[in-house]
Amino acid sequence: MWRKIIVALIILVFGAAVGIFVFKTEAKLNKSFETQKAFFKKFPFRLGLDLSGGSHLIYKADVSAVESGEVSNSMDALRDVIERRVNLFGISEPVVTVQRGGFVSGATEQLIVDLPGVTDLKLAIDMIGQTPLLEFKIQAPEGTPQNATVDADGKVNIDLNSQFVGTELTGRYLKRATLEFDQNTKEPRVSLQFNDVGTKLFAQITKDNVGKMVAIYLDGAPVSTPVVNEAIPNGQAIISGNFTPNEAKLLVGRLSSGALPVPITLLSTQTIGATLGESAVAAGVKAAVIGFLLVTLFLILWYRLPGLVAVLSLCIFVAIILALFKLLPVTLTAAGMAGFIISMGVAVDANVLIFERIKEELRSGRTISEATKLGFSRAWLSIRDSNISNIITAIILFWFGTSLIKGFALTLGMGVIISMFSAIMITRIFLSSLIFIGEGKVARFLFSSGLSL
Amino acid sequence: MFIIKYKKIFISLSIILVILSFFSLFLFGLNVGIDFKGGALTEIVYKNVRPTQITLNKTLETLNFGVIFLQPTGDLGYIVKSRDLNDSEHAQLLKTLSQGDVATLTETSFNSIGPSVGRELTRKAIIAVVLISLAIICFIAFAFRKVSKPISSWKYGIIAIVTLLHDVTIPIGLFVILSHYYGAELDTLFVVAVLTILGLSVSDTIVIFDRIRENLKNEAQTAKMNFDEIVGKSLEQSYVRSISTSFTVILVLLALFFFGPVTTKYFALMLTAGMFFGTYSSIFLASPLLVLVEEWQKKK
Repeated sequence: MWRKIIVALIILVFGAAVGIFVFKTEAKLNKSFETQKAFFKKFPFRLGLDLSGGSHLIYKADVSAVESGEVSNSMDALRDVIERRVNLFGISEPVVTVQRGGFVSGATEQLIVDLPGVTDLKLAIDMIGQTPLLEFKIQAPEGTPQNATVDADGKVNIDLNSQFVGTELTGRYLKRATLEFDQNTKEPRVSLQFNDVGTKLFAQITKDNVGKMVAIYLDGAPVSTPVVNEAIPNGQAIISGNFTPNEAKLLVGRLSSGALPVPITLLSTQTIGATLGESAVAAGVKAAVIGFLLVTLFLILWYRLPGLVAVLSLCIFVAIILALFKLLPVTLTAAGMAGFIISMGVAVDANVLIFERIKEELRSGRTISEATKLGFSRAWLSIRDSNISNIITAIILFWFGTSLIKGFALTLGMGVIISMFSAIMITRIFLSSLIFIGEGKVARFLFSSGLSL
Repeated sequence: MFIIKYKKIFISLSIILVILSFFSLFLFGLNVGIDFKGGALTEIVYKNVRPTQITLNKTLETLNFGVIFLQPTGDLGYIVKSRDLNDSEHAQLLKTLSQGDVATLTETSFNSIGPSVGRELTRKAIIAVVLISLAIICFIAFAFRKVSKPISSWKYGIIAIVTLLHDVTIPIGLFVILSHYYGAELDTLFVVAVLTILGLSVSDTIVIFDRIRENLKNEAQTAKMNFDEIVGKSLEQSYVRSISTSFTVILVLLALFFFGPVTTKYFALMLTAGMFFGTYSSIFLASPLLVLVEEWQKKK
């Protein structure tokens, strides 16, 4: 019996420690937060855009020119470039994610950019829009149909774009760009240095196309179409396209932060003002606290002593969940908060199942300790079955959802799983350590529930 | 057990509610939001005075953005609904709303969803609904694989699914009425609510069926008692816990509805309705249906 009480005490201390961790790491709760050690400042709640305010942009990536096996790599490269670009502007914790096309989401490859704190949509779009798209194209094989138009003077214009076909070499293989001046003409030009893969690709392209033109495309337009004299093995290319010194300088700046491997277009935008987010957080916290108090009240009034135990285990459950939100970290959205609040209600579920069972066993004439033991083992099947359906829903929602749904599915799913743990482990240990109160009339009253005496 | 005795009344009541829900669905239709349809939603708050809808409508017409809806919000704000807007169109709209910078305003949120993103989300939602329904059906079949007397296990499964449809249809019916009178829109959260109701309400039905399963296993009892008596006894044993487990969830949902963020208000309300009818149906619909099916079997 002493062992049970000691285990119960250990769990209490553990729960309290987790609770203190949550309290200490939260600036709004902890008044001396500023003077805390750095350790405690590392774990704030991570708020989603709808709570913190910010911009959410969805871009479509045009991967039609990329070989199907390479799409995944290009998209990763695209994400890296945009991430670097956004980081340059000093935004805290931007989130850039790739959403792969396919059966589930439809056939488009998308790039999703979340910019917390940026509520000036125009600024955000400009910032990303300035990322250059750099492509190298070679002359189309002879006999390829060409688009030509005849203008009013009877002059034939051949569309330059139809003369060239894309190659694998794009801005993603760029190592750095520098500004140079031509030694003879003193014209400014941009010198490109490729990385290892790019160097190999460029060597191959130049080797195969000696005597032909290679076009350098910037943002979808040819800027320079030099003729290759010989194979270039060192991975250096020069763009010399009638730049003014200023233009060249700007281009170098843009290229240095990375060039896009594939073109992108903006599909959807969303901005949420900071005040709207703040009020949502306040309302969410209020709802959580009131919900918690209501459940507590119900548990103690209806289930008496076991109810009090359930409240204790619910407190530990809340502390563990909140600590996990901070540690993992889980990005909290309004829907995510709703998931958490609902999981508090569900967490009590298992406790109630157990208590009702215990009550039945008591009625059939068993002692309190026997009834407690039997109650747990008999309720387990129902607890398991009734939670599985929630877990299934949460997993599928998490798998398919947009970021909004994911937040809800994650918090609800975590809540359901941890609540099973808290009911089976924590409530059980607490209840079984309570048997020292004996089998008297008072004890039986405390273990009954509802309106019965 | 009176519920079993008057089962036809309770079953009829559920049927009437479901029919009413379908009726309101066909009468009012679903008010699909921009999440699925594509479009733009701009929320603004004026600093001092809010221009009237009529004056704004007049100037907005000159933009040629198609139909623009203005919906007043708070004391000084509007929610502006239009087709999806690009960057410069967005700037134009704001300028027009501020009456050429005369009326100062702040934009609290802006959301523009391209039609392709909406289509993609619709597709995802449909797949999620299908998958979750399938997964839950499989789960029910699995949970009841061992019970086969006197009713075969697949019949438990079908009754559980009928109950589920009932639990989902009534909140949808309520939502349709809400959306007709209060302008709630069918958005992503609506779909999430429907799917969550599926998960929450099936668990309630399973708890009661579990009890019936347990009592049926007890062969000695089966010999002495009729099927409807066993179901009645199981109900008596489990309705208190069934109600109290749902009650705690309803408590937190009501807290979420009354005090929670605006964005999850209708979501919480739908879940509350789902939870309520989920509990109601597992006691007053699923078990009576079981007895009804058993009676039909006997007659054959």
